[in-house]
Amino acid sequence: MRSLHTTTLRTQILISAFFIVICLGFLFPIYSLILASFRPGRDLIRFGITAKTLVPKDLTLSFLINLFTTKNGIYLVWFRNSMIIVIVQNVLSLLFCSMVGYGLGVYEFKGKKLILSLMLLVMMVPLQILILPLYRLLITMKSMNTFQGIMFPFIVSPFAIFFFRQYVIAVPMDFVDAGRIDGLSEGGIYFRIMAPLMAPAFGAMAILGALQSWNNFLWPLIVMRTGDMFTLPVGLATLLTPYGNNYDMLISGSVMATIPIIIIFFIFQRYFIAGLTTGGIKG
Amino acid sequence: MRRSIGSGRFAPYLFVLPFIVSFLAFYLYPLVSTVIMSFQEIIPGQTHFIGLLNYRRLLNPVMYTAIWNSFRYTVLTIAVLIPIPILFAVLLNSPGNPLSTVFRGALFIPTLVSVVVAGTIIRLLFAGSQLAIVNSLLLPLGIKAKDWLVGNSAQAMLLLVGMATWRWTGVNIIYFLSGLQNIPRELYEAASIDGASAWYRLFRVTLPLLKPTIIFVTTISVFGGFAMFEESYILWSGNSGGGSPNNVGLTMVGYIYMKGFQGGAMGLGSAIGLILLLIVLAVSILQLNLFGFFKRDE
Repeated sequence: MRSLHTTTLRTQILISAFFIVICLGFLFPIYSLILASFRPGRDLIRFGITAKTLVPKDLTLSFLINLFTTKNGIYLVWFRNSMIIVIVQNVLSLLFCSMVGYGLGVYEFKGKKLILSLMLLVMMVPLQILILPLYRLLITMKSMNTFQGIMFPFIVSPFAIFFFRQYVIAVPMDFVDAGRIDGLSEGGIYFRIMAPLMAPAFGAMAILGALQSWNNFLWPLIVMRTGDMFTLPVGLATLLTPYGNNYDMLISGSVMATIPIIIIFFIFQRYFIAGLTTGGIKG
Repeated sequence: MRRSIGSGRFAPYLFVLPFIVSFLAFYLYPLVSTVIMSFQEIIPGQTHFIGLLNYRRLLNPVMYTAIWNSFRYTVLTIAVLIPIPILFAVLLNSPGNPLSTVFRGALFIPTLVSVVVAGTIIRLLFAGSQLAIVNSLLLPLGIKAKDWLVGNSAQAMLLLVGMATWRWTGVNIIYFLSGLQNIPRELYEAASIDGASAWYRLFRVTLPLLKPTIIFVTTISVFGGFAMFEESYILWSGNSGGGSPNNVGLTMVGYIYMKGFQGGAMGLGSAIGLILLLIVLAVSILQLNLFGFFKRDE
């Protein structure tokens, strides 16, 4: 039997037409950026993106190729810096956040309620108001202009901890008990039994975390002082001046910073969305 | 039974240790020190206590502009980014549309674009020349070409809210879709049997049951809205919104950046931050109250 509120075919077509228009609108800025990367930067500074820019004609890859050679290939340095931060920060963050989430999910212990409330407290304070004292702390720790300076303050994220905890709670305690009977240490139970069971949670958090640190801007802008330490967003932002001949690099660099993440999104779309919804609503 | 360091009574504490260390070093310590800093004049070598002077210094028109901009931005983004994603989510949630996943994915893509890249695109689309695409599309409608970025504060807000709408609609759709999927289908079927119209179902079934999701999205939007800075930093060329003429794009975090980092007045910057914190907490509590979040019977 057809469900009572299954919409008719005609409504479906109308809805689809509506969304096709909306989606084209949402994708238009990205399309225009990609086409702009085939145009000379000096035209873009003067006129912006024009109707002519948007017609795919006379496309040349020369600006894209120049991207890797201008200023001694500084773009590749930024790209590498961003990669290092994404990978190291994520690995550490997944390890620590899953450990804490596991600890809060499996054990009953004194102070557990306190820790859970402190985590809520952390989420109630926008990190933007802590940038000044964190900056001073980094100076004291001699960590300005370093990778660890960017990574350390944000490795442990309450959001990720809640996500892992939620996941652990859903796993039957029998697995933990079986490990104890087999004589595994508590750490062994976590690494040998639980961590493999938590693979989907690791996947979701890895992708969300990578997206966040790849696009992270404010904190790296404050920490990184020299051009060879910039991340991609910070480096690109320095090119946003009407002076100098940097627009070629800015536009093709923006495209090259965006395409990889879109490709990764399409490969792992399911995890992205699982990470957002589960972590968000139940967090 | 084998015993190691990781076992027994101490195991739970070892597991949560990373959080405790990170909380103390990168959260509690900075929070306490920013409170202290807000009562200090901080000059290298001769930092001293100045009482409420930093707070009194903030009774100035630039601070009012920053608060007003952050407030307007927050209210406007919520006004746009709640109803539109709900509508889209309801339409995408109707069963039997094979394209629904494709649409969801397409609307989500702008979220993947970094704020630097998004700002660059907006600047190029809204460039001041007559030939720039937005100006040239508006010309036939009788709207003269204008320089969007150096215009008045309504134009600045339009660009900022437009950019937020473009980047965050997809995320909010995902939140509302997952909220919708928790609503039992039987409720709709019952409503249909009773002859309820589509509007009645939307306002009497869908919206009330989406309330927890609406509260959640509103709360994160309040935090995100008041903390906004990067967007205006990019649109107005790295001058923390202070580079925008008449501070049209200046937000509270922008003012922290301008005073604390560019002006070296760390004490004053801390005071701005604490006022921001108080405003955010007050607005969220007010908002949760309006939704009846604290009522016992919920």
